[in-house]
Amino acid sequence: MDINKQYSAQTWPDHPETATLEGKNKFVGFWLFLGGETVLFATLFATYLALKDKGPSGMEITASQLFELPLVFIMTMLLLTSSLTSVYAMFHMRSYNFRAMQAWMAVTVLLGAAFLGFEIYEFNHYVHEFGFTYGHSAFSSAFYTLVGTHGLHVAIGLGWFILLMIRNAKRGLNLYNASKFYTISLYWHFIDVVWVFIFTVVYLMGVVG
Amino acid sequence: MSSTAQAQKKGFGATLWDYLTTVDHKKIAILYLVSGGFFFVVGGIEAMLIRIQLAVPANDFVSAGVYNQIMTMHGTTMIFLAAMPLLFAFMNAVVPLQIGARDVAFPFLNSLGFWLFFFGGVFLNLSWFLGGAPDAGWTSYASLAIASGGHGVDFYALGLQISGAGTLIAGINFLVTIINMRAPGMTYMRMPMFTWTTFIASALILFAFPPLTVGLFFLILDRMFFANFFAVEMGGNTIIWEHLFWIFGHPEVYILVLPAFGIFSEIFAIFSRKRLFGYSALVFATILIGFYGFMVWAHHMFTTGLGATANAIFAVATMAIAVPTGVKIFNWLLTIWGGNISFSTPMLYALGFIPSFVAGGVTGVMQAVAPLDYQLHDSYFIVAHFHYVIVGGVVLALLGGLHLYWPKMFGTMLSEKLGKITFALFFFGFHATFFIQHFLGLLGMPRRVYTFVGDQGWDLYNLISSVGAAFMALGVITLVINIIMTSVKNERVGNDPWEDGRTLEWAIPSPPPFYNFKQTPLVRGLDTYWIEKMEGNPEGMTYAEPIGDIHMPNNSIIPFIMSAGLFVAAFGALYFIDGDKAWPLPVLALGLLITLGSMAARSLKDDLGYHIHKEDLLKEGGQPGGH
Repeated sequence: MDINKQYSAQTWPDHPETATLEGKNKFVGFWLFLGGETVLFATLFATYLALKDKGPSGMEITASQLFELPLVFIMTMLLLTSSLTSVYAMFHMRSYNFRAMQAWMAVTVLLGAAFLGFEIYEFNHYVHEFGFTYGHSAFSSAFYTLVGTHGLHVAIGLGWFILLMIRNAKRGLNLYNASKFYTISLYWHFIDVVWVFIFTVVYLMGVVG
Repeated sequence: MSSTAQAQKKGFGATLWDYLTTVDHKKIAILYLVSGGFFFVVGGIEAMLIRIQLAVPANDFVSAGVYNQIMTMHGTTMIFLAAMPLLFAFMNAVVPLQIGARDVAFPFLNSLGFWLFFFGGVFLNLSWFLGGAPDAGWTSYASLAIASGGHGVDFYALGLQISGAGTLIAGINFLVTIINMRAPGMTYMRMPMFTWTTFIASALILFAFPPLTVGLFFLILDRMFFANFFAVEMGGNTIIWEHLFWIFGHPEVYILVLPAFGIFSEIFAIFSRKRLFGYSALVFATILIGFYGFMVWAHHMFTTGLGATANAIFAVATMAIAVPTGVKIFNWLLTIWGGNISFSTPMLYALGFIPSFVAGGVTGVMQAVAPLDYQLHDSYFIVAHFHYVIVGGVVLALLGGLHLYWPKMFGTMLSEKLGKITFALFFFGFHATFFIQHFLGLLGMPRRVYTFVGDQGWDLYNLISSVGAAFMALGVITLVINIIMTSVKNERVGNDPWEDGRTLEWAIPSPPPFYNFKQTPLVRGLDTYWIEKMEGNPEGMTYAEPIGDIHMPNNSIIPFIMSAGLFVAAFGALYFIDGDKAWPLPVLALGLLITLGSMAARSLKDDLGYHIHKEDLLKEGGQPGGH
């Protein structure tokens, strides 16, 4: 694979992310990795459900008192939208429009960062308003670990996006980095899907259930 | 960069640097073999200490606390640091060759996986010198692990976390390698059995290791960072650990034993000089065992009190596993039947494996009967059972595989005479040690006790068991002598030293050149090398391509640094809870920074590999190739 080979929108392959053997390997390998990640989050969800509302005797904080849906709704919208904008970025990657791809990735990063900002505010709020610290109870440990692991994935994803954008800002698209852009967008969708489950299992079922 | 000529005689420093930076699957295999072998000896010494302590009643050879540490480290070391890496050694050495690939899918990750395992293992074992080893058993049940004082269990959790990450990476790597890197004509149903079992075991790794990762994180967070997952007084629940551990732990058994089955399948076919009987049945039995492996974890928890319904379901699921396993046993027997058998050392191990493993399987089905398990639970019967499965299955495969693949890995042949002596000593010692333990268990001796009172009918049996262990140790010493003598003699062998090789790895030189195949082979059927030999093809291969440039990956030191970063960070995490030192948090940050920094460096720097040019390949001589 020649990294300096120049393409035009006409010569650019339909599926640049899997046009090379390295790209194909990355594609399959990352899907498998997401399979492992799914099990990881499933384990965290199971633990959360087992420990929900559990604490030292006399603990008064429960999920239904703690969570407020308006805030979580905004966060959900931010992250779902960022998933959409990353699709736009991939659309432009496939049509060999580097500038548009970078622009949509920048929007994705901004939305993701806003999500992360709200999450930090949310955690801070729980700690200071409710005294709901990490060591408060089994419930708090399970909650912060599940939602925090997701938040950590978001933070890693943001760093990954930014690194790729800066590294490739000057040289544009080629078959070497196309699969890298594709992989991060795949990762980003996965994060989004996990959040949909967190929104449902933790927040909706926490307030309503 | 594109030097094809392997450096002639290199200095020690250059060789060391070569192994620290290598991404070649054959060299990584040697790294796995050497470090796995080292940990095997460490775990073996721990086993000997256990048997010395238990040889006579009321012994005070070691104290109760030290015994707990030895016993915990024996199990942990043998499973995570000896058996798995040794299997990875053979997978790395053989699987890319068997499918006609020039390397694995992710050579860089292959190296990273090894170094993570290595640093995790070293970290775990450093506990011996830093205040005491873990002492909560290899299963480290949370109620016990949380209560354990000192830092032993912290070493366990952090060390296994690091090496577990390496295992997960290796698993994904093998999956992608087998899916994407097969030579033309190598369809799934033409893959050698060892490749198939590696494939399924890797899939098990992918789905079994994340629960362990999470469980270990819970343990780390509980012990070191104020969480309450297992703290009952804070609303926690220790049964969560049992579930997570066994959701990992049971598939782990199959992660170990399936590749062992693969090695034996190769041995049976080669030394019976026959095609494997019922190849497709073997493949589907392997898949089925992998699937069932995830459905049975609660049979380790029959006495936890999950209730009769749960116990019944898991009991039936467990018994069902005996069916595909039985299919395999009969396939092997029928492979031997009517074959032109050669009683080589690997074949002796394979023949010894069948009755040993069947015995372990039968006691397994006995324990699947939940009411009976209430009697057997935590007794020496269990110890006897899982040693019959792990030693009678996995270790015999590792020893047989070592003799089988030694010439392919090192280009020399281990002495058959010493090999057979090793087998005899080890096989006799194994049965002497563990067969008697069934009866100890039935007589009521509990496992994990550091000593026992005399005159309960246990004295003689324990002594016999200890004497048996000494025979196993003698067997291993003979093996080491064999390895040293073979290496000193250094008599080189050809492509197919066993003369009856059936698969592609035997069609190329021993050891293979660093690019494996000068021309990618065209696979024409199951046992493709055998087909070519029978048709009298002197080159042993039909080629899928003319000689051309070969793309190779660059060596890199980054995997080593990345893993070393986590090793440093683990020390910070470990001592953080003490609160009396200022350095743990900076050390934790520094270690993570090293790891993240080297990840960023890997991302930012293009690594395109290099090409070996066609002219250089032709210059090297050898056969000009077909077409």
